[in-house]
Amino acid sequence: MGKKMNKNSYIREVPRASWFLKQPRYIRYMAREVTSLFIGAYTLMLVIAIKRVAEGPDAFQNFLEILYSPLGILFNISTLLAALYHSTSWFNVTPQAMPIQWGEEFVSGRIIVGAHYIIWIAISILILVFGV
Amino acid sequence: MSERQIQIEVLRYNPETDIEPTIQAYTVSCLNEWVVLDALNYIKDNLDATLSYRWSCHMAVCGSCGMMINGEPKLACKAFIHEYSDRIRVEPLVHFPIKRDLITDIEDFIAKFASVKPYLIPKEKRPISDGEYQQKPEDLLKFKQYTLCINCMLCYSACPKYGLVPEFIGPAAISIAHRYNQDSRDGGRHHRQEIIASSEGVWECSFVGACSEVCPKHVDPAGALQQVKLASTIDWYREHLMPWVKK
Amino acid sequence: MSKSNKPIVWGLFAAGGMATALVTPVLTFLTLLTALHFTPSLFTYECLHTMASYWIGKLIIFVFVTLSLWHSAHRMRITAHDFGIRSDLLIAIILYCVAAIGTILTGFSLLSIH
Repeated sequence: MGKKMNKNSYIREVPRASWFLKQPRYIRYMAREVTSLFIGAYTLMLVIAIKRVAEGPDAFQNFLEILYSPLGILFNISTLLAALYHSTSWFNVTPQAMPIQWGEEFVSGRIIVGAHYIIWIAISILILVFGV
Repeated sequence: MSERQIQIEVLRYNPETDIEPTIQAYTVSCLNEWVVLDALNYIKDNLDATLSYRWSCHMAVCGSCGMMINGEPKLACKAFIHEYSDRIRVEPLVHFPIKRDLITDIEDFIAKFASVKPYLIPKEKRPISDGEYQQKPEDLLKFKQYTLCINCMLCYSACPKYGLVPEFIGPAAISIAHRYNQDSRDGGRHHRQEIIASSEGVWECSFVGACSEVCPKHVDPAGALQQVKLASTIDWYREHLMPWVKK
Repeated sequence: MSKSNKPIVWGLFAAGGMATALVTPVLTFLTLLTALHFTPSLFTYECLHTMASYWIGKLIIFVFVTLSLWHSAHRMRITAHDFGIRSDLLIAIILYCVAAIGTILTGFSLLSIH
């Protein structure tokens, strides 16, 4: 820890790049933030997939070949895990960001979180039924 | 009554003689129902009168005895000995300069707290003859939880963003601004927005959520800040995309 | 102090956070199946082409991809800062440019599918 004196007060400096190792809650936070790397890369993959569709069946086939590679499989597995972590961490804090007041009481956080989970599951089933 | 020998390791710093803080250990036989503050008071009264720390009410109301207890921001009067092992490390709240021992310099927090105009700014002047303001229970509910803040600064110690970016106005100050913004008697939101919707304001927050986890009064500052972000975003889109809509 | 312009991106970040939370897990599951040669019908050329040939299909794909791009770009910007990278402006420009290029590319690709 870098430290310095200032006007008779002692300042404990926060380590810039390793501060989050101090507390488990910071590590959980960083894990949540790092999901954006996977979701970002995955979205770029979707952008390329759409471009390949626009270019025709052969181009799309080439894209699929890359997806079939061990790296493609590994990437999809890790993105799936990251996406699941993102979803749960996102839904779990919705009552804090969007509390709903019903007259003289707040709607229970559990109901708000639960509603998000239900919508999530419904959309997932819908896409699965339509997509598989 | 059960007693336990506990080693209390306290960070010591004397600005007149020390270059660096040191850790001093005291062995205290603590009663099981004690809180860490009782142990500190025992040290002060019986072992070492030079130990400096702030405290007042001993009942989680005054907000003076915030300190790091085993690395976690806690009120020393609410940290029960029976929840800890036989060694307890006590340090001043992190992210604040140390003045002496467990006493921190809180000027920065006080200035930020004052800067958000934490008082009612009525929509229009109202003569006393008009009587009191009327509020329904549902109006009160909108801001009640934020009034419970005791300015103990645990949230500032928990907030890594405040540690990394000292300009950040921080959880408690923005929550108290939100408290007045939510008050049906208040008309000062646009004044406060100038401060809390700045980049040193709510936009330094990235919803780590630690502030709400450590808050001893369950104020949920993290929630308040997300609500301020949402409202500020709606403001921005209104002002820039729909300038014809009156504020 | 003046009001920040961060809401422009934060609005997209928040909307994108919700969209990706709801849709991305099931999408990645489908692409994982594809990668494992259990290709679901959604991820065949014919199905994607048909979907993107309708306006409503174009719109849904475009909105989702755009929100997802800006969500992750903004969160990556914060993450870079959290890892101690302090050239925030440079990071922001790079990430938002990538998101903008992705948005434009998706728009053009979709428009060229009839």
